Amino acid sequence: MQISGAQMVIEAFIAEGVDTVFGYPGGAIMNVYDEIYKQNKFHHILNRHEQASIHAAEGYAKASGKVGVAMITSGPGFTNAVTGLADAYMDSIPLVVVSGQVPMSLIGTDAFQEIDAVGISRSCTKHNYLVTDAKDLPRILKEAFYIARTGRPGPVHVDIPKDVTAQIEEFDYNIKLDLETYKPHTNGNPRQIKKAIEAIANASRPLFYLGGGIINANAAYEVREFIQKSGIPAVETFMARGVLSYDDELLVGMLGMHGSYASNMAMSETDLVIALGARFDDRVTGKLSEFAKNADVIHVDIDPASISKLVNADFPIVGDVKNVVNDMLTQIEKIDALKYESWRETIKNFNALHPLAFHEDSERIKPQWVIKRVGELLGDDANISTDVGQHQMWAGQFYPFTRPRQFISSSGLGTMGFGFPAAIGVKAACPEKISINFTGDGSILMNVQELMTAVEKKIPVINIILNNNFLGMVRQWQTLFYDKRHSETDLSVQPDFVKLSEAFGGVGYRVHTKEEFDTALKDAIEKNVVAFIEVIVHRMENVMPMVPAGGSLFNMMLLEKKESK
Amino acid sequence: MTDNRERRVVSVIVVNEASVLSRITDLFSGRGYNITSLTVAPIPESKYSRLTIVTSGSIRVIEQITKQLHKLIPVLRVYEHEDMVEKEIAMIKFPVSENLSDIQALCEAYNGKIVNAGENTIIAMAADEPKRIDNFLKALKRYNPKEIVRSGAVALER
Repeated sequence: MQISGAQMVIEAFIAEGVDTVFGYPGGAIMNVYDEIYKQNKFHHILNRHEQASIHAAEGYAKASGKVGVAMITSGPGFTNAVTGLADAYMDSIPLVVVSGQVPMSLIGTDAFQEIDAVGISRSCTKHNYLVTDAKDLPRILKEAFYIARTGRPGPVHVDIPKDVTAQIEEFDYNIKLDLETYKPHTNGNPRQIKKAIEAIANASRPLFYLGGGIINANAAYEVREFIQKSGIPAVETFMARGVLSYDDELLVGMLGMHGSYASNMAMSETDLVIALGARFDDRVTGKLSEFAKNADVIHVDIDPASISKLVNADFPIVGDVKNVVNDMLTQIEKIDALKYESWRETIKNFNALHPLAFHEDSERIKPQWVIKRVGELLGDDANISTDVGQHQMWAGQFYPFTRPRQFISSSGLGTMGFGFPAAIGVKAACPEKISINFTGDGSILMNVQELMTAVEKKIPVINIILNNNFLGMVRQWQTLFYDKRHSETDLSVQPDFVKLSEAFGGVGYRVHTKEEFDTALKDAIEKNVVAFIEVIVHRMENVMPMVPAGGSLFNMMLLEKKESK
Repeated sequence: MTDNRERRVVSVIVVNEASVLSRITDLFSGRGYNITSLTVAPIPESKYSRLTIVTSGSIRVIEQITKQLHKLIPVLRVYEHEDMVEKEIAMIKFPVSENLSDIQALCEAYNGKIVNAGENTIIAMAADEPKRIDNFLKALKRYNPKEIVRSGAVALER
């Protein structure tokens, strides 16, 4: 059929099963928005800032497992979106982002709202395209979706000049893709898998190191089976929260800079690391030369470049973690779960020595309590997004996650302002679940305009603002490492968060006590509109345990034991 | 990353399309890898181009370079050369007043010759291994070269 480039974008989205597009119109993308107006096959959610459109698409993708789609215009529309692209790239989130570009005849002339978009997105996308002829558009769009969701997933950016969206050409989406240069390895090498199983059987203190790749591969339930049958304890990265249920006996906890004592000690004492879809990030490993010092490493990852990048892998296995774990499960009888009994006991003792905890305070609510309380009240019924900072780490530590895709956070890039728009995307993907965004008084102001989006589209995200009147995480570092010089982190001057939410048409609560919090949360859920619940929390609370940057995992700053009176 | 830096030659086969060279060079600059020289030209009768990159780094860095290059979508193949034939061209411009027969003799020792003789200047060239090209240029220094150009290395695995 002969259609315009703009119509091709719509038809491709429909063919890909897209049901929600996040975006913001503008001059160069108007032809496509005109076609959006004429169709009724998918929803368009108008965010109030392009950065938020990308984060919303990320939240949608992470919660649903599908490719997130966003659309923006050229120039400032595109540059606003760059943070979102970088965020999705760091966390391997599948996105297709379509941007408008000035007409071909104006490219390179410093035209109005012109920027070299593909030049900028090259280093923060998995791949990108500048479409110079509408004839190429069906193939490029099909490739974009394919590349975004296969292999190690990631964002793909398609930049389309305005005259190309007007150009009329033949559209056929049933073309067969021929990507000679892109063929991800999905099946692990059987010999390597056999060797890895033998290494596990021979180890006396093996430890699973679970990463976000398991969630991307939809492999959490296979991994749960493997862990349960092998009797081997597991630690999770921040990205992997929810792979195991919080009450799984073999889950030691989260490891890394703010990991639990037991997790970090287990990693320091293990003799075999079984890394599944994890990439040995510096926030996880601490000082590399001391990381799992006496251990061999099995590393399963779909991305060959992640293997032996930072920590040498003795048993490298390139493949989709789901396939590899399924292959391993066929040889599970070689592993004797009883063998690791004393190791499990050792880890239990670590946990008993320094359990993950916090001290209550009689005057002010402790931020950790809020996280735990939401967990008690909502548990599995909520999807949890976060912004970035102390509240984010507390959410990772204290929320009782029960399933993969329940926890959505900006992990690699650490983007403040991620949580609220992401929670909008999460709610769009999973309307049956309550969408909570844990945020801070710093982060929430970075995409606060999304109140308008949530009100307009009736997306009842509940933002729980843990307000300590500080840019808390930076304040914590200043307290600990900068001799308490709290440079530009005191956020005492603030808006009235209740009125702010109300001004947009949402609801707002200011909470000082635990009783008030329970009432506010219940009320917000009943009202079913976007909400701000501002919780006045203890100002100087620190995230503990903490491995100082560059330190060894076993050298943690720990929660001070309460003085006995 | 500066430990045990080793010179390495890497050949990359890429789809010959717009901005593919930027993808490669962005990767090197973005990840802090070194480029000593880079040459690129289309492979005859194919949709691919071949790049030859001379780089340096520790074994781990070189391994990352080849893996990261391979990760780029338009990259078909990456060769990290072990046993190769490697050649480079250099051209040098001299004033005609210099001793032409000496220059001629030196060029011949390095698979070269005088390729252009004009009213005021002559141009000599050599085609040899990069290390020998270094020596060639050193040897010709005393003849007051006005301009020197090196092509960067190309390599084929034996």
